Amino acid sequence: MNPFIRDIILEHKEEIMETWLVEIKKFRSDDLLQNISDTMYENTNREFVNKLTHTIQKDKDEFQDDLIQFAERLIQLGWPLNYITRGLQEFRKITVEALSDTGENYCKSIEFFQEIENWIDDIVNLLVNQYSGSWENTVFLQKMALKELSAPLIPVFDNISVMPLIGTIDTERAKLIMENLLDGVIEHRSQVVLIDITGVPVVDTMVAHHIIQASEAVRLVGAKCILVGIRPEIAQTIVNLGIDLGKFPTKSTLKKGIESALEMTQRQIVEIEE
Amino acid sequence: MQVQTHVDIHSEWGIVAARQAGRKLAREIGFGSVDQARITTAISELARNIYLYANRGQIKIEEVTASGKRGIKIIAVDEGPGIKDLRRVMEDGFTTSGGLGAGLPGVKRLMDDFNLHSELNEGTTITATKWLR
Repeated sequence: MNPFIRDIILEHKEEIMETWLVEIKKFRSDDLLQNISDTMYENTNREFVNKLTHTIQKDKDEFQDDLIQFAERLIQLGWPLNYITRGLQEFRKITVEALSDTGENYCKSIEFFQEIENWIDDIVNLLVNQYSGSWENTVFLQKMALKELSAPLIPVFDNISVMPLIGTIDTERAKLIMENLLDGVIEHRSQVVLIDITGVPVVDTMVAHHIIQASEAVRLVGAKCILVGIRPEIAQTIVNLGIDLGKFPTKSTLKKGIESALEMTQRQIVEIEE
Repeated sequence: MQVQTHVDIHSEWGIVAARQAGRKLAREIGFGSVDQARITTAISELARNIYLYANRGQIKIEEVTASGKRGIKIIAVDEGPGIKDLRRVMEDGFTTSGGLGAGLPGVKRLMDDFNLHSELNEGTTITATKWLR
């Protein structure tokens, strides 16, 4: 940065900081910042503005680490990105205003504005990158977690497995369901597989289509599919849609499904008489 | 009173968002659980059609009143390729995507009023209404 600008900013540092602290307090009424305590808000503001003035005194590498650490802490505490961007916009405005008032001719030049712009833009980019990086990371982890929950095949008895489906079924999940179903049938030597759709909120033609395809594939590897957990309202929409599920057996509850699966494998549950 | 929700459909998540908005409004209007399921399924079909055939479009959901009855109206708009054969698309089992071919005729049966307007290479607008009984 131009040494003249650096010196003049440092000279008016206190003034800029004080005005900024007053301005940033006005954001306080904004939505997300309200549940942060007053002292916490005050302290963070001071720290933020100190970090900003440090950025002109240090090398890029040095202040970068410092700022990244600061941003990471804000992210963990759940401060909105809005605070950072608005804070920096305000900071730029105040700096430009304060320095224009000094009467220095240079401080009215385009070059001067550009210097200030570049300085603040660098910081904005750095902090926004930190934030979006952390969001992308979170989304990625949640996607992984969701995938793990996606379509487990659980062996409940010899030759009988259950696949409980919960939540929305999209194309990617449908693919997973098919793969896990077929792999599981071979691995557990299942003869009967129960697909439980109690937790599927909407059964439209695509979901039905995927279930039909999956059960057809299961039939090809020599096992049978029973669809269980069909709620009354789902039953009605399936009929309205005109989906033909006549080809494979359905049961209203998982319990009834297991009973008929045991029957199909020539077994039954009997109560022990004392 | 008109409550209107717009949901942009450009990924599979849009379908989920549209459906949830629809279920919320249907519940507020006072539809029972079976009708809620019908309405959300219809939205799901229409939204999926947009995603599948037109890539992007919009689902609008609003509350309507006519002659003392309250209802929910779903408008699906896209600027996709349009529907070539309007008669065949309403037949059960007709599909160009390898699906079940039950989507549009299914929506017609799930809802009370159904209106389909499509121009080749211009886009498609489908309006479907369900009245509260």
